[in-house]
Order: sequence, then structure tokens, then C-alpha cells
Amino acid sequence: MGGIPHDHYEPKTKGEKWLDSRLPIVGLLYTTLTAPTPKNLNWMWIWGIVLTFCLVLQIVTGIVLAMHYTPHVDNAFASVEHIMRDVNGGYMLRYMHANGASLFFVAVYAHIFRGLYYGSYKAPREVTWIIGMLIYLLMMATGFMGYVLPWGQMSFWGATVITGLFGAIPFIGESIQTLLLGGPAVDNATLNRFFSLHYLLPFVIAGLVIIHIWAFHTTGNNNPTGVEVRRGSKEEAEKDTLPFWPYFVIKDLFALAVILAIFFAVVGFMPNYLGHPDNYMQANPLSTPAHIVPEWYFLPFYAILRAFTSEVWVVQIASFVTGGIVDAKFFGVLAMFGAIAVMALVPWLDTSSVRSGRFRPMFKWWFALLVIDFFALMWLGAMPAEEPYASFSLIASAYWFGYFLVILPLLGVIEKPDTPPATIEEDFAAHYGGDADKSAE
Amino acid sequence: MFKKLAISAVAAFTLATGAMAAGDSGHKIHDVDFSFEGPFGAFDQNQLQRGLQVYTEVCSACHGLKFVPLRTLADEGGPHLPADQVRAYASQFDIYDAALDEDVPRKPSDFFPSSALENAPDLSLMAKGRAGFHGPYGLGINQFIKGIGGPEYITAILTGYTGEEKEQAGTTFYENTAFPGGWIAMAPPLYGEDVEFADGHSNDLHHEAEDAAAFLMWTAEPKLMARKQAGFVGVLILTLLSVLLYLTNKRLWAPHKKKKH
Repeated sequence: MGGIPHDHYEPKTKGEKWLDSRLPIVGLLYTTLTAPTPKNLNWMWIWGIVLTFCLVLQIVTGIVLAMHYTPHVDNAFASVEHIMRDVNGGYMLRYMHANGASLFFVAVYAHIFRGLYYGSYKAPREVTWIIGMLIYLLMMATGFMGYVLPWGQMSFWGATVITGLFGAIPFIGESIQTLLLGGPAVDNATLNRFFSLHYLLPFVIAGLVIIHIWAFHTTGNNNPTGVEVRRGSKEEAEKDTLPFWPYFVIKDLFALAVILAIFFAVVGFMPNYLGHPDNYMQANPLSTPAHIVPEWYFLPFYAILRAFTSEVWVVQIASFVTGGIVDAKFFGVLAMFGAIAVMALVPWLDTSSVRSGRFRPMFKWWFALLVIDFFALMWLGAMPAEEPYASFSLIASAYWFGYFLVILPLLGVIEKPDTPPATIEEDFAAHYGGDADKSAE
Repeated sequence: MFKKLAISAVAAFTLATGAMAAGDSGHKIHDVDFSFEGPFGAFDQNQLQRGLQVYTEVCSACHGLKFVPLRTLADEGGPHLPADQVRAYASQFDIYDAALDEDVPRKPSDFFPSSALENAPDLSLMAKGRAGFHGPYGLGINQFIKGIGGPEYITAILTGYTGEEKEQAGTTFYENTAFPGGWIAMAPPLYGEDVEFADGHSNDLHHEAEDAAAFLMWTAEPKLMARKQAGFVGVLILTLLSVLLYLTNKRLWAPHKKKKH
């Protein structure tokens, strides 16, 4: 565990020694469960457990749903209705799966912004961050393909619009689009490959999650102060940490139970809150819905995609310089993926010597603005592509890139950070005197 | 810092999602106090039976319910018809039997017929496929108490005719205050006193429309009551679990958190 001195598993009985010399699996479990964890972690450190739970929930409900679902354009919609009406508990399975995707994204956004505020991406945790970004990308791909499976109107037209983005790539775009769709348009081949991939990708995510956990168990957890656990001796380390079990397992489970109570209220009483009514209409290639809106978790990046129209001067310059190869549509696609790419590159864009935002007086405000910007983009992504929303989208997109590409690198130079506490123990004593909630600031 | 951010985040989130799903029609759909709304709402069996009658005698002339199995008419929590009535009801619709190469009466194990008229949409899911309102202020959280307004939308369509007509490309359109765009191809299906209810319930236009809308909510979400019950049990158990885990957590950490004061 990150060079943090701690006890290791010692096989005692003959049987334990026999197994340990062949497969040290008990030792692995022991090390994972007793991992020395900074004792000042606040309530923003609970999302990992929530995310792990979501992945298991989605895989379990998804596998059962797949037993009753038919991936064919003629039968997909009816088979979902079969699940809702005839399968025992099918309505709960489907609503939990659909809303589980939303919970998954709520948790992942909270998890990402936690990392952005407390500098969890900074050295030596860059690999953890990059793996996390890969997981996030795969989650988006999985979520998008899952939304197509019920074969409602939004499924069909969402798939048409999103796969169309790939068609905007010069030279090879059309081939990629055809490969994605399995033909010239969204049809049975599309539905089949999306179903196949929607089933496969969660297991790839599960593999990456293990690597994600492995990576941060190698470096040790970050914590709200950004100060590293002392590694001089076991006694010293134990002043800064507590074992994962039982302290953080129970804490995380408490948070998970509260979140799941809210989740079950949504599933039980308003399961279609985050869905779109149009998706209860069977897909009809001849009838385009008035507004094609992606799922809420794509909206911030959808807004960035649409913000760069041919009237924007950056787009005109790009088009002129590249001799028209980069047109407005392709620029939008580049901007959308670029918005995620700059987030992935943040370990090398942040130049500050201090890790946690808690001790960065200027950073705090720019970060708060980034959070507001994110929600503004989410709102704008749902609005029609017309004024004044188009201008707002452009400003909000500009800030997103500005934060990562200009503000973060500059802040490291011009900002004078406060002095973090010398040790985690010191911070814990100052913050957690009596009330754990104070830790969340 | 994070707490403040979290609060503004949640506020913005609800705003965003609310605005996202906000209906496309600028028409005002009036709320109807249906019995099945809210966390404890339940279908009114008598209303569903009356709605079934309106559907059978009026709507089914053109529209279908192809996703609804006829046997579910006997379900508890639904219209809850006796088994022999369901059999009798099913047998009035024919279905093609490939083995006999002729039309035979439907059995309860069959589905409702599809739309008889090509342009008439299937009504199985209409009450979920349309959102009447998304309030307050476009937040959509009134779904918790009022539902998504699908049945209200249906009621509004059925009662929203002004009596104006126009010809366009050989089709007659009827002015309707609830329909997006204002002109609908469906002729006014209900005028009031179109059906006689066996239970003597009022058959004026508004009551007929509401009964039909309630029935269509049941066809769209037949497991609504079971779902709400499951949700209630889930919330209850998890709340209890939260309290227990909170106390466990507090006690567990207590020895490490008593320095200050």
C-alpha cells in the first residue's frame, strides 16, 4: 500500500501456509481490507463505493434483463413491454437498470469533481486518473448503446445523431460510421452490435476498475489536505491512517444506504423522471421527433458539440487554415472529445505545487465557476439550438477549455497558496474534534 | 466549500433535467386529480372498468392496444374483471389462426387488437409517451405527486375540441387546444353521453374523458401499484438501515474523534 508501513498477512496454520505458497489470495484480501487509509477523508470520498455498487447493480439487473430481451428491430420494443408486464418483477428490474445508469453518472461526476478539487490527479496519481477517464469514456459508450436497446423514438434518433458525429471525421468518417451502424443507416445490424457491445463493455469496465483500485492502492489515497501519509515508520503512519475495514467500509455503507433510499424513492415513485416520454413510442424512421435530446449525462458535452457553428471565428480560422478539411461539424466533434481530453490531461496542466484546492485561495473560485459552468452546459445542452442559448453555449464552452488550458497552468505561477498542515494527524485533530460533518467544510 | 457547491449543483441539476424534459407544446394542460397519483396512489377499479367501456365502445373503432394482453383485465389492481367476463370480452375480437386458416375469436391469452385505422396510433403506452406538464418551473419534480401528466394530456385532447374544422390536402383537421400545433386529424371522439355506465356514473364529456385517460394509464403502467409498493418497502428498509449504519459508524469512530472542545 503505497509504501505505507503496515502489517502483512502471516499464514499460521499448515493449511493457510499450503494455500499461501500456491496462491496468496488470502493475503491479497487481507492487504486490501486493512489498507491504511487517511483518517481525515470526508464525505466526498464515498463515491467509489457507490460507483462499485452501481457497476454490480447494472451488471446483475442487466444480465437478467438480457434473458428476456430480444435484440431485433421488430421485437425489441415489444420485448421491453413484455419485461414490464409479464416478467416477474420485470418492471422493477428495468426501472432499476434505467435509473441505475443515472445514479452511476451522478456518482461518477461527483467522483470526478472531487478529484479535480482536491488535486487527486496530481503526481503520483496520474495513472489512477487516466484509468478513471478511460472508465468514464467506456461508461458513456455503454450508456449510449443501452439507451438504444428499447428501440423507442429517442433510441433510434439519438443513435442516428450520435453515430452521425463520426461521419463528420474527414476521409475516414464515413467508413467508421458504416462500421458502427453495420450499414448505411440505423437498423437491425446496429441494434444487434449495440446489444453485443452493451453486454461486453461493462466487463471491460470491471477490469479497469480493478486496475484503478490497484493503482491508487499503490500510491495510497489522496485526502482533503493533499498531504501525504507519513511513511517513516509504522507508528508514524498509524497516526495518520486507520484501516479500511471497519472504519471506511461502515462509513461508506452508511452513505450508500442513504443514497439508495433516495434511489428507491425515484424508482418507486417517479421512475420516468429522467427519461424522455418519446421513448415510449416505438422507433419510426419516417417520423423525426420535434426535439432530439440525449440523456442528461451527455448534455454538457452535447452543448459543447453544438456550440461551435460555422459563424464562430475559431471555426472559420480552423476551416481556412486546413483548407476546409475541418468544417464546423468536425470542429464540434473535436471540441466535444477535446473537452474530455483536456480533463484527462489535467495532471500535466495543473502547475501548482499545492495539491488540495482547500489551500488554494484563487483556485477555489475558478473551480466553483467550473462547477457552475458544467451545470450551465448541461442546461444549455437541453435547450434548442437558437439564440440566446447558442451564445451562452459558446461562452460556457470557452470557459471549460479556458479553465484547463489557461487558468490552471497560470494559477500555479501567480497564486500564493496557503500552508497546508504538516501532517494528516494535525488536520484530523483540528477538524474532527467532535463532529464528523465539519470535515465536509 | 464542497457543501455549498453540492447544494448549488443539485439545484442546477434539477433545473437542467427539468428544462430538458419540458414539453414541446406551449399549451396548458390542466391537472386532474387522478386516484393513482402520488406515492400512495392506487387505480380506481370502477373507473378503470368505465374507461375500458369508453375504450371498447368508442376508441377501439380506430385505435389498438397491441401491447396489452387481454388476460390482464382480470388482474388485481387493474379493472379486475371476473375470468368469465374476460373470456367473453376477448371473444368479441377475432384473430387470424394460421393452423385453421381462418379468423377465430380471441382468447384471454391473446393481446388486444392493433389499431384498425392505419393512421391511428396504438394507445398502449400513450399515457407515458406524452407529458402534459413538467412543473413547477420546468423542474419536473411534481412527477412525485402528480405523475408526468400523460393522462391529463389525454383528457385535455378529448375535451379540447373547439368545433372548428379545416381541409388540408384532402384531410380534415379539427382544432384542438391541447394538441401541439392546434390542429389534429382525429375527429372529436366524445361529445358526452356517448356511453351508458352500468354503475350509473355521470357520462358527461369530462367524466368520460377522465375515465378513458385513467384506463390508458393502466394500460401504459399496469404494475404501477406494485411498483409504488416495492418503492415504499425499499425506502423504508433502507432508511432503517441508514439509521443503524449511522449509529454503528458514530460509535466506531467515537474513540478517534473526542479530542476537541
